[in-house]
Amino acid sequence: MDAALIPEGAKRCSFPKFMLGIAIVGAVLLWGVYAMLLCWFKGLNQTNMNDYYGFALWIWADLAVIAVGGGAFFTGLLKYIFKIDELKNIINFAVIIGFICYSSALLILAIDIGQPLRGWFIFWHANVHSMLTEVAFCLSCYFAVLTIEFIPNILENRQLNKVPFFHHLAHNMHGVMAIFAATGAFLSFFHQGSLGGVAGVMYGRPFAFREGLLIWPWSFFLFTWSAAAFGPCFTLLVTRITEGVTGKKLVKDNVVHLLAKISGWMIFTYMIAKIIDTWYWAYYTAPGLGFELSHFYTSNGFYGYWILVAEVIVCGVIPGLLLINKSTRENPTFRLVAIVLAVIGVCLNRWVMVLQIMAVPVMPFDTWALYIPSWQEVATTILPVAYGIILIAVAYRYLPVFPQELELNRRSEVRES
Amino acid sequence: MIHDKKAHKYGMVIDLDKCTGCGTCAVSCMSENNVPFKEDESDKKDSITWMRVYRLTNNKPFPDTEVAFLPRPCQHCGGKGDHGHSPCVSVCPATATDYGYDTGIVSQIYTRCFGCRYCMAACPYHARYFNWWDPVWPEGMEKYLSPNVSPRMRGVVEKCSFCYHRYQLAREKAYASGSDEIPEADYQTACTTACPAGAIVFGDLNNPSHKVHQIVKPDPHPDPLNPDVVGKSRNPKVFRLLERLGTNPKVYYMSEREWVRKLGDHYLDGEWDKVKNVYGSASHE
Ligand code: SF4
Ligand code: SF4
Repeated sequence: MDAALIPEGAKRCSFPKFMLGIAIVGAVLLWGVYAMLLCWFKGLNQTNMNDYYGFALWIWADLAVIAVGGGAFFTGLLKYIFKIDELKNIINFAVIIGFICYSSALLILAIDIGQPLRGWFIFWHANVHSMLTEVAFCLSCYFAVLTIEFIPNILENRQLNKVPFFHHLAHNMHGVMAIFAATGAFLSFFHQGSLGGVAGVMYGRPFAFREGLLIWPWSFFLFTWSAAAFGPCFTLLVTRITEGVTGKKLVKDNVVHLLAKISGWMIFTYMIAKIIDTWYWAYYTAPGLGFELSHFYTSNGFYGYWILVAEVIVCGVIPGLLLINKSTRENPTFRLVAIVLAVIGVCLNRWVMVLQIMAVPVMPFDTWALYIPSWQEVATTILPVAYGIILIAVAYRYLPVFPQELELNRRSEVRES
Repeated sequence: MIHDKKAHKYGMVIDLDKCTGCGTCAVSCMSENNVPFKEDESDKKDSITWMRVYRLTNNKPFPDTEVAFLPRPCQHCGGKGDHGHSPCVSVCPATATDYGYDTGIVSQIYTRCFGCRYCMAACPYHARYFNWWDPVWPEGMEKYLSPNVSPRMRGVVEKCSFCYHRYQLAREKAYASGSDEIPEADYQTACTTACPAGAIVFGDLNNPSHKVHQIVKPDPHPDPLNPDVVGKSRNPKVFRLLERLGTNPKVYYMSEREWVRKLGDHYLDGEWDKVKNVYGSASHE
């Protein structure tokens, strides 16, 4: 039915089967949209947030998608600036994932604020000292860059590409993509960092507060670094999932191994920095304010030392080592375990830097505050996931996302026959 | 316009030995400032309480149990080094909360706040409250609202303003009488005037003739051991909440009881013994 739109030579499932899949995910999406409308029209009383938990599940989701979406800027940087040419085979997909992550992040922010119609005040009455102002500016600009990076891929659709103007536009945009990749990397450095800064500058919250360099707390640099380190793992994970769902190999092993190796080294070096940061905070910063480390991890029903061990060792050092080591990296099972752990690790880090901060009591006579999100919060947090699945499905079906797809599958078809 | 030679620095000292925990300060604050309330107030985590009274205990078994009550308004923090970068002011992306260098009062601009709640996350005293609902008053009660204070809408943050409208009225009165000075008695917050025990003293910390200055005796110099801390009290019975963080609150507390003073901040093992008889709380060592 839609054969004329499908990239030439590519095999896709039947249209009804495709639509059935879209309908199922679409139902989840609608559920999320319903919850979103409730929040917009009835207000944030639809959530279980409260005056202790002003930042809750959404803000974690926001930081997490931005972190895992970091694969787009980092892969772009490697491909266009460091000229690692093999990565051209995965860059389209990295950009699409980044686009999904960032558009989701902006949507979440629009749901999260109490007065969505005043969202523009952040630009109009900008307080240049606030990390959130920096986040808003860089995030919006970077989303524009990602859109520009995504456009040539859309124009390569079989039918659109027949229009000479679109054909040439796509071609020329590819030619100047290095400029956008550089701009994207610059903007990402700042907004990833300023998201880390959001927590790090809160000197009234010893669990979050970090010393740093000039106006930037250490968490600024750690967030940028971790997004660059873990983002590619998410790109690889989604690629693996897409391969599983489509039953096809889409990216050659050498490309996957290369990205995994770079990610592994980034994770490993990040973990060293993270451990030094944690140690310095635990032994100097917090005690200097009268807090023992145990204050942050005991006397409550959820946040124990386990979360520190899980984030730093199990989902940090271990995946880093697995990806650095050639034999484990090139073993599909070990590699998958490593990238899954890594993605969990970075999400856990963002959780700690959003939710645990809110939970820890600061006044000596205050108590831990734990919170359970309402269904509206859960639905609006799942909303971007459903949206992402749909966008990936549509992009995969109609756009030449994976340059190696035809070659890889022709070979396998020949081999099979 | 009053051209004072020196900026004011309004603040208060609350005597925790006088406070009985009756909550009059909180009630008077709510009615003075048109603070809305919920139909069901059982869940305090989303109730708006500009002035909240905390219950402190020495955690000792009977018969040694002692209890104290600590009223907590916004502390009108001067921020690190007392330069006006309060934890909340420095983070607000839309400049919807601001530091008044002429008064030391931290303002909240309701019509500019877009409800990101970053300021709430940054405030260690939980002095900021979000309007989760639009305010609804029982029928007839809206007639009793104060005309001097704007009510707030859903989706914005609010907090104690040190009854700023009373400052404005006092300033106008002084101006009308041709005076340069706002007399101490002319600008008093609602909680101060309502407290039946007289536990709250309010005034200009910069003005040596004001009672609050005489009790607190604020040290104008930074703490030599922690330059972020300015305005420590030179009265050994007076302390501030979480002073070590460098937030520099303008709300001071006073107690004869050592265990009460100790609950004002966090101390590692052995630290308290070194500082307990020295004015203010511990320094960063
Ligand atoms: S107590 Fe909280 S709201 Fe008040 S000035 Fe300090 S940080 Fe801001
Ligand atoms: S909630 Fe309002 S006052 Fe607070 S930081 Fe956001 S915009 Fe500023």
